[in-house]
Parts: sequence; structure tokens; C-alpha cells
Amino acid sequence: MILEIENMSLAYGNIEAVRGVSIKIVDGGIVALVGANGAGKSSTLNAISGLIPIKNGSIRIDGQSSAALKPHEITRRGIVQVPEGRRIFGRLSVEENLLMGAFSRTDHAAIAEDRDHMFELFPRLKERRRQVAGTLSGGEQQMVATARGLMARPRVLLMDEPSMGLAPLVVEQVFDTIQAINAAGTTVLLVEQNALMALEIAHHAYVMEHGEIVLEGPGAELAVDERVVSIYLG
Amino acid sequence: MSETSLITAAPGASARKRINGIDIFMWVLRCAVAAIALFGTVATLLEGRYSLAQWFDFAMFGLTLGSVYALIALGYTMVYGVLRMINFAHGDITMTGAFAGYFVATGASRSGLLAAHPILAILAIFTIAMVTCIAVALATERFAYRPFRNSPGQAPLICAIGVSFVLEQTVRGMFGSGVKSYPVTPWQDAVVTPLGMRIPVINLFVMGCAISAMVILYLIVHRTRMGMAMRAVSEDKAAASLMGVDVDRVVVFAFALGGAMAGVASVCYALIYQQVHFFMGFAPGIKAFGAAVLGGIGSIPGAMVGGMFLGLIEAVGPALFLDGLGITAPYQLRDAIGFLVLLMVLIFRPQGLFGEAMAKKRA
Repeated sequence: MILEIENMSLAYGNIEAVRGVSIKIVDGGIVALVGANGAGKSSTLNAISGLIPIKNGSIRIDGQSSAALKPHEITRRGIVQVPEGRRIFGRLSVEENLLMGAFSRTDHAAIAEDRDHMFELFPRLKERRRQVAGTLSGGEQQMVATARGLMARPRVLLMDEPSMGLAPLVVEQVFDTIQAINAAGTTVLLVEQNALMALEIAHHAYVMEHGEIVLEGPGAELAVDERVVSIYLG
Repeated sequence: MSETSLITAAPGASARKRINGIDIFMWVLRCAVAAIALFGTVATLLEGRYSLAQWFDFAMFGLTLGSVYALIALGYTMVYGVLRMINFAHGDITMTGAFAGYFVATGASRSGLLAAHPILAILAIFTIAMVTCIAVALATERFAYRPFRNSPGQAPLICAIGVSFVLEQTVRGMFGSGVKSYPVTPWQDAVVTPLGMRIPVINLFVMGCAISAMVILYLIVHRTRMGMAMRAVSEDKAAASLMGVDVDRVVVFAFALGGAMAGVASVCYALIYQQVHFFMGFAPGIKAFGAAVLGGIGSIPGAMVGGMFLGLIEAVGPALFLDGLGITAPYQLRDAIGFLVLLMVLIFRPQGLFGEAMAKKRA
């Protein structure tokens, strides 16, 4: 098991954001974590990445507790987050953004190869490789963020709301990309408010509400589960 | 922590707020300063007290001093970039380099090395001064600033002011409070005269050193992995750490680069004024901070341009703006002009020429 979260809780000051969450991520799948805004999904991802300390429970990477690890050390263990709101480096060029993604690697020849591969995957980025990333459109910035995440050659890609703020057509592309990334062998943990689309592509899914996991099961089953439908899909 | 990222664009509607009394006062202030500067300039030029050669001298000295301010300003701006903190001890870190350089220079002068092999001696002076500044900067970061890294409010700033006192008083306690004169290099008073203009060699030397140091810095920041990581951390610390960047190492890197620039600046400054003193770091430190703000704090080209601009206005300003107003000995007021420029920038353009507003917090 690459990543295992057991009975994890965390709080901002006195406000508990996540309570007793357990998530298992086995190699090769797409796991979705869906729920309304404020349910604690992003907090869970940030705890996995080491950006927020956890209060109780444990997060284990390859069976080892990650509690003492700093964010960059977690990234170096192959658990890579593409953060919410993309958070690309707006004053760096598109190419520099991709190279930043590979910052934890030292295999220079393979990095250059991966960069060229990203330009094949996202031809728009190749046209704009020297352009400052802050001047790109929202969809293009999501491409940069995704490509940047992939440049780390992650074992698990944590994607936080990749569809946020994008036009419906672009959202389709983003989800196609996620499936392609997964088909190429990367495990994906997808956090989404857009529950229907996320459940459609997820092999396994968790539904979060008020900081707790309320449902879990195969994505296709949850997509037609009447509780999920009534809460999130209307 | 990550929730703030999407709200960076401020709604444009607030721009159309109503004009109030403070706005009117600010406009009057702005116009008054501009009017005084304009009136003084016209009067000075009509009077014709200064020859073209004198203006050239002023400008030359201004650019020399400005290049030193620019070097120091780079230290402020890089540290601000990665930590969003003003390292108020940076001027005093520069002072420690000047002292280290002074001891090497006196030693070289006494042993005859300075006269026999001036280039070797100068290299040794620069090297020791840079190493000293880097060491002091890194020690300051590690033992004074890092424990305050996540403290709220003004604690890191107060700590920086404390470090400034500690450095000043330590040097004073160890080496005394008197002014020590820097040994005179053989070519200290040499002058070149292209096209009839008298240019002191020392000015050209200082500018040459400063500009070379800045070019090297620019290449490091834009062409190396750590430089790229530093720019990324300046933009978004959390996102950079998600890329696998060790933020602590980048902070150390920024302090080391700033220290190296301070080391070059310290020797240049001592060569210009030919003396060292435990309090010598204060004024250039504050002015270089002003230069960094002027250029836009956090911006590396901004610090370079801001430093040059501040040096120039300090050297040319007294004669240009004040002489025509009938102020005697206007050169005494050059610090006042420098600080007035800083105040005006803080009031009217807090984001500086190239940068972001100092008050603007990033996620």
C-alpha cells in the first residue's frame, strides 16, 4: 500500500476540520474524494503533503509514518500534489514551471525527456514554453499545473479541484488527461466538488461531509447511490 | 493556507471610491514637492553656478555610490522575497565586511603586499570581506531569524533590529568606537581624463566591481537550479515546497547571496570614503532599504535600478533642487533628499517601480 491514512484528525486552532478519516490508496487506481465546499477535502490533501500537522491518527507512506517529514521530503517520496487554484509560478516561464516540477529529481537526461513528453501531451504549452506562465489562460494554467505535477514522476498524484474555474469543455479535457495519466501508470487521488464527473472516472471513492467520511465504495456504485445523488447531484 | 489563492485579483469596483480630505491633502503634498523641485531646478540652471564638468562629477559620484546602494539593496530584496521580512541588520552585516576588509588591507599595507601586488591584495580584501558577510548573514539567519520564522506580528522585525544593535555593539566593543582610516591604495588618487572629463579611477573601479557582481548575481538567479527555486519560493512558498524544494535551504541561499553582495559593497564603500567605523552600516543600510523599496521590494532588477537612482538623486539633487532656492551649503541636505524620496515612494507608490506593495500578503 503506497498511502494509508488511518483515523486522521486535524484542526485549525480549536476548529476541527477533519475527524477520524481513513483512506487507503493502492497502486494503480484513481481514488476520488468528493464532497461539498468546506467538507475537509483540501485539508486532508494538505495533511498528506505535510503542509498541515495532523492532530490524531496516522498517515503512512509505504508503511512508514510521515509525521516527521517536511513537505519537500514527502514530494521526494513520490507523493506529489497539484494544489487547488493551480498555484503555478506566474513570473517563471512555462518551461521553468515544468523544471520546477522536476526539482526533486537529479536525472537530467530523463528530465529533459519528460519535458519533451509534456510538450507532446500539451502542445499548447510547447508554443508558449518561453512565455511567463502568469499570462496564460485558466485552462492553459491548469495544463501547466498538471504537467508540473507529472514532471516529478509521482507515484501518487494528489489533484485538488483540477476543474475549478474552468469552462465545461476544458473540464472534459482535464478529466481525459487524468485518465490518460492514470492509464500510463500513475496512481491518482482526486479531490473534487464536481462529484458526478469525479465518480465517473474513479475506481474507488470516498464521500466527505463536515470533516468525516460518510460513504465509500467503487466510483460507479456511488455515482448511482441515491444518498449521493440526493445530496450532491440534486 | 491554500484557500486564499483564488482571490488574488481585487475587485475593480473599489477603485471608484469617493474623494476624501486625505486624498486632497496628498495631492497638494505631491504638487508642492514637485513644484519646489521644479522651481529649484529652473532657478539653479538659470543661475548657472555649476559647469557641465561639475554636473558630470556629481553624476559620476552618484552612480558610484548608487552602485554600492544597489549591491546592499539586493540583500534586502532577496531576503524579503523568500521570507517577506525586512532584514534590518543587513546594513550592519555590511559593516562587519568592511571591518574584515580593513584588517586585511592594513595587514597588506604594512607588509608591503598592497604596494607590490595590488591586484592580489584587493582580491584578498574582497574575498575576506565577502566570506565574513556571508558567515555573519548565515549565523544571523540560523540563530536569530529561524526561531522566529513562524511567529506572528512584528516579532521577526524587532528581532532584526536587535541583531543590528548586537552587531554594532560587538564590533564597537572589540575594535573601539573611533574612526579607522583605510590604507591608501597606490592608485587611490589616480584620475583618467577621457574627453576632458576628470574621472577618479576609484569610481570606475567601484562601479566595475559592483556591476560585475550584479551580472554574476543575475546569472545565478536566472540560470541555476537554486536561483530558479529562489524565484519560485519568492512567489509561493507552499507551492515550491510541494515541488520538492527545501525552503530552508533556499532561505540560506538567499542570505548567502545577499551576504556576498554586501561583502563586495562593504569594500567598495570603504574605498570611497576611506574609513571604517562601527556605525558606518546604518546610513547606507537604511538608504539601500529605501532603494529596494523604490525599485519594488522583492524585485532584483528593481533593487539595482533603485540603488542607482537613489545614489544619483542624492549626489545631483542638492545642487539641482536646492541651490536655486537660495539654500546655502545644500550638500549637507543630501541625506534629507534621499530620505524624502523614500518617504514619497512609501506614500505614493508603495509597490515601487517594479514590485508588489509591501503590505500585500501572499498565501
